[in-house]
Amino acid sequence: MNIKNEPEAVRRREALKDRIEQLRRMIEIRAVEERIQALFSEGHIRGSTHLANGQEAVAVGIAKEINFRDVVTCTYRGHSHALALGASPESIIGEICGRSIGCARGIGGSMHLMAPEVGLLPTFAIVGAGIPVACGAALAAKVKKTGAIAVAIFGDGATNIGAFHESLNFASIKKLPVIFICENNLYGEYTPIQLSTPIENIAIRGSSYGIEGRIVDGQDIDAVATSISDAAQKAREGEGPTLLEMKTYRFSGHSRSDPATYRPPGELENWLKKDPIKLFSSNLIKENLASLELLEQIKIEVTRKVEKATQKVLASSEPLESEILNHVYENAETKL
Amino acid sequence: MKLRMRQAVQKALDDSLASDENVIILGEDIGAAGGAFKATEGLMEKYGSLRVMDTPISEMGFLGAGVGAAIMGLKPVVEMMFIEFVGVALDQLTTQAATMRYLSRGKFSVPLVMRASASAGQGFGCQHSQTLDHWFRGTPGLKVVMPSGSRSAYGLLRAAIEDPDPVIVLEPRILYGVREEFDVDENYRQPLGKAEIIRNGEDVTLVTAGAMTSIAKAAAEICPAKIEIIDLLSIWPWDSKTIFESARKTGRIVTLEESQAASGWGGDIISKVLEQGLDFLKAPPHRITLPDAPIPYNGKLEAKYLPSPNYVSKQIAALVSTNVAPKNWWNEKL
Ligand SMILES: Cc1ncc(C[n+]2csc(CCOP(=O)(O)OP(=O)(O)O)c2C)c(N)n1
Ligand SMILES: [Mg+2]
Repeated sequence: MNIKNEPEAVRRREALKDRIEQLRRMIEIRAVEERIQALFSEGHIRGSTHLANGQEAVAVGIAKEINFRDVVTCTYRGHSHALALGASPESIIGEICGRSIGCARGIGGSMHLMAPEVGLLPTFAIVGAGIPVACGAALAAKVKKTGAIAVAIFGDGATNIGAFHESLNFASIKKLPVIFICENNLYGEYTPIQLSTPIENIAIRGSSYGIEGRIVDGQDIDAVATSISDAAQKAREGEGPTLLEMKTYRFSGHSRSDPATYRPPGELENWLKKDPIKLFSSNLIKENLASLELLEQIKIEVTRKVEKATQKVLASSEPLESEILNHVYENAETKL
Repeated sequence: MKLRMRQAVQKALDDSLASDENVIILGEDIGAAGGAFKATEGLMEKYGSLRVMDTPISEMGFLGAGVGAAIMGLKPVVEMMFIEFVGVALDQLTTQAATMRYLSRGKFSVPLVMRASASAGQGFGCQHSQTLDHWFRGTPGLKVVMPSGSRSAYGLLRAAIEDPDPVIVLEPRILYGVREEFDVDENYRQPLGKAEIIRNGEDVTLVTAGAMTSIAKAAAEICPAKIEIIDLLSIWPWDSKTIFESARKTGRIVTLEESQAASGWGGDIISKVLEQGLDFLKAPPHRITLPDAPIPYNGKLEAKYLPSPNYVSKQIAALVSTNVAPKNWWNEKL
């Protein structure tokens, strides 16, 4: 591992201690996702891109409760997590647009974001692949006694992959300091969960591995945070892994221009009522921490910030051709 | 009739399901959704959800089930949405399916087809753009084929489904939407193990496959050398007769592969040509490949990474005019 602390991402991470900043980050994630959708339609983004709007409370709830030295593995649906963990909008939008200011200098793309300085490994585009890797990071923390934990973030569909089951068993028997976080958004690509998975609650899958499984309202950032805090404490105290099932929903289709016509009528509308940003906003108002004016102001500031980042990205350079051959190995040249 | 490759694949599956009740197809989102690339559209409605089955995201499970069903006499066609996904299931193919006939001393066979989308060029990044034929090509017991358009996609898939052994069909993803003139003839088969000469020329034999076939054709249009193009179609086993005859005629052989240099099929072909003796070669054999690096996302870099018609034409023109193998771009200063 070769990480130099970048104060900006760490500062963004530490800022999440503040409740208003948590809300601001959720709004920022939403704004970035919406901008990415537009950039995709405008032809600035190649391949595929997987949005996580609707799932912001999970991302920010995790990020605010774990340490920036903890390790996170996550999927292609990772824009939200990268931003929550501390990556800047321009490093994320830049990567997705394939520019050299992107977090992987435009080499990775939408499915391979990273923020090494705050623990996010390049995100995994193979379903389930990050789960055993998180166990390995937890094992390293245990061997090196760093006190860090690892977090694996994956979808409901990923719990039908062998790697999920092998990892839970391994982590449990070795009491690894890892948290398994399933973002159950009710779909794997175009297939509703009930057609691929014969149980409603993924959380029960923990029991066959002797792991506590907990169902969490993924639209409620405070519920997410409490569950993470408990699981993190347990992991740090050497009590082993927890499986957290975040009940959530993606407001967009699976990827790109998927119009999600497979949704039953009314389902999206019902979930929109549980928009995590709206829920958290009204809670903050009830707690007298925010006013409507403040919310309005945050929205304006965030929009401006995301727009500025976007313009910076669009004006920025593409990566150099020499990047193609760099970093395949530490020392060896690829030239034959 | 002009047919997109995805329609040709769909038609080959449709005709196979109709003509043999033992044919079933399995894969993620192939049924209700019609496939991630729409190559299975309408088949579940037509043949029911038992013969055209949506699976959970469990590649090891459903590919392995394909192996077992094949042993018991079905002819499963398993779809891997992207070839990389077979990584989580590889044992079932390379270690189980590949050895079943051998271990059972011919008592069991695995007439399984695994179709997968493969190849680069669309900005899917390094975990969704590989071809990976070399994962299978070196495994005795498996066959590997790669269509280059609608006609070969239809003919190869039908032949693969009828073949008594496990066949991997690597469909270049970038071709799914490309139209090719092809009047579907239900009796049309592209025999496994046979290559096709798709352009005649005297100066040099260019062996290629998959998406690179159209690059080769475009290169031949602009290259001063007269290029004979062979569309390999079957990556393994490959058609040594057609290739050797052409190489003897032209005296020069070049392979154009969408594989990294260290793992491409061209290495095997070239070494066999060399084993034939050098007497007929006027120039050293040459391979045009990808560099030994993963595939970059950025469009400009991905375009550089993949052989272009211009690059291929220049490489071949240099070889033919000097009889010295040209350098690959990654050996030049970037
Ligand atoms: C091993 C593997 N199989 C299939 C895919 C294709 N694929 C990408 S995302 C996806 C759905 C995953 O669903 P889920 O785990 O619920 O995560 P979500 O996309 O809903 O966040 C599939 C099937 C893949 N990337 N890797
Ligand atoms: Mg899901």
